[in-house]
Amino acid sequence: MAQESETPLLAVRDLRTWFHTFSGVVKAVNGVSFEIGEGEVMGLVGESGGGKSVIGFSVLGLIDSPGRIEGGEILFDGEDLAQAGEERLRHIRGRHISMVFQDPMTSLNPLHTVGRQMDEVLRLHTDLGAAERRKACIDMLESVGISRAAERLKAYPHQFSGGMRQRVVIAIALLAGPRLIIADEPTTALDVTIQSQILKLMRRQIAEKGASMILITHDLAVVSEMADHITVLYCGKVVERGRTRDLIESPAHPYTRGLIDSIPDPAARHDRLRQIPGSVPDIRALPKGCNFRERCPRAQALCAETEPDLTKQHRSLWAACHFPLVPGDVQ
Amino acid sequence: MAVTSVLRSEFFHNYRHSASAIIGSGLMALFAFAVIAGPFLVAQNPYDIAALDLMDSYKPPVWLEGGDPRYWLGTDGQGRDVWASILYGARISVFIGVVAMLASCALGTLLGLVAGFYGGIVDSVIMRIADIQLSFPSILIALFLMSAVGTGVDKVLIALTAVGWVVYARTVRGSTLSEIEKEYVQAARVAGLPNRKIIRKHVLPNVLTPLIVIATIQVGTFVLIEASLSFLGVGVPITQPSLGLLIKNGFDVLFSGLWWTSVFPGVAIMMLVFGINLFGDFLRDELNPRLK
Repeated sequence: MAQESETPLLAVRDLRTWFHTFSGVVKAVNGVSFEIGEGEVMGLVGESGGGKSVIGFSVLGLIDSPGRIEGGEILFDGEDLAQAGEERLRHIRGRHISMVFQDPMTSLNPLHTVGRQMDEVLRLHTDLGAAERRKACIDMLESVGISRAAERLKAYPHQFSGGMRQRVVIAIALLAGPRLIIADEPTTALDVTIQSQILKLMRRQIAEKGASMILITHDLAVVSEMADHITVLYCGKVVERGRTRDLIESPAHPYTRGLIDSIPDPAARHDRLRQIPGSVPDIRALPKGCNFRERCPRAQALCAETEPDLTKQHRSLWAACHFPLVPGDVQ
Repeated sequence: MAVTSVLRSEFFHNYRHSASAIIGSGLMALFAFAVIAGPFLVAQNPYDIAALDLMDSYKPPVWLEGGDPRYWLGTDGQGRDVWASILYGARISVFIGVVAMLASCALGTLLGLVAGFYGGIVDSVIMRIADIQLSFPSILIALFLMSAVGTGVDKVLIALTAVGWVVYARTVRGSTLSEIEKEYVQAARVAGLPNRKIIRKHVLPNVLTPLIVIATIQVGTFVLIEASLSFLGVGVPITQPSLGLLIKNGFDVLFSGLWWTSVFPGVAIMMLVFGINLFGDFLRDELNPRLK
């Protein structure tokens, strides 16, 4: 395994989170493993329905019925969260692991002031007195770039713009000094002009606080700017992972190649945007063999027979493909 | 500052331009005043036997022949002032309506929150009980309960609460289901808040608005149900006569030409419920964003 630090902050091993619906078992996450070291940023990439968010919620122990963690380990600082009780998980949530959501329009309660929603986290996870908590909130708002922070504590979410609201959400996520932040599409709902501001802010905050981050997104452009490592998911499984530069420059898996090629390149001016043909198969009834073969330009008879395992490729890459790409391949 | 912002608000503007809102709230204010100040407005306590004089029984209203200026709405068979009886009776009617509404609202909201938040078997059990209850006329359920537990103001309150919680539970469950889908509830869970706190601080305040309308109109409904129960003889005891019991007492002599003992309490109930419903309609139009 491509491993950077000796003891990873978070090690997910063979995680399986399934949803038992009336129309069949949805294996949203089916045997996913990855590791994140202290201070690292890992990008979790894939199309919609690829199980990215489910991984985030699994780590926090927030999978609701009919979903269930069927197996695997979630080792956070050596402790298996998949086995932890609700009491223990509640202590970890917000304090040690926090989350930034996609839509800042709905991730703040419209009826409470920003100050109250920030204070709530500190009251729950620290022993600070009221004055200290207020100071901590003001400092945090200022550090995410909100001016006149003391006044803004009294404001309601609707008095902020989308980008400002996402700054507040980030401030709340950072407030208790977590060691791991799960950011679920943190910039998807924002204007493009705001996106890079927010990304820069998150990167700076994480570096300052020495925290690690899982960045969940479908946008390879976003992760390539932010992440040290990238894990690519397809149909609830890891199809490729490795260091960001290696993976972006010359991916081994045809699916990753497809994702990279579908990033619009203003300089190239194709007649049409490139896309991966077809769509994600029904996850309740996956075909035998490789899940990607029906959309894959390199598929051969073997791909319909056996499912490829994750194997070592060139440079830092690991990919699950029978016929991986090598540097220099032209597709 | 606060006063001017209220006076300038859209709500107050619409209120001033709505006849039904003004009439409705006017009637409600009138009854609120009567309920609070009633005993100080009349010379006679109609339930103090010593204050009654049988010589004054069945006096007609003051504008009819034989009317007594002391009893401007006439008297009943015990020489009781009808006007005083109405003021005292309205106290009991309004008290029962408001308290039963608060109890129904508290119980229904709690059950609706629990059903919506936890779902599953808890949800199924609570909502099926609600469905079954809705399939019976509420007066029938109340009547059945009253004959089972006996009469009295407290029993009436129990019966009305047992009838009234359903509408809150259903409304709150629906809003809860849509609220918990929103990311701020997820965010509260991610922050490590226990479920009880999430329900109380984040879900509850966001599901309350539609209840204001239901609660207002329900006070009127409860006053009517209580009046019906008392009229049927299973409501409040004779020592605490509500408006409904006054109608019943006067009903026996209604066709002997002594109409005033039951007609005036009836008019009082009508004005009270009419006022509540007018104001409730106004609130519904104001608070429902879809009607704007």
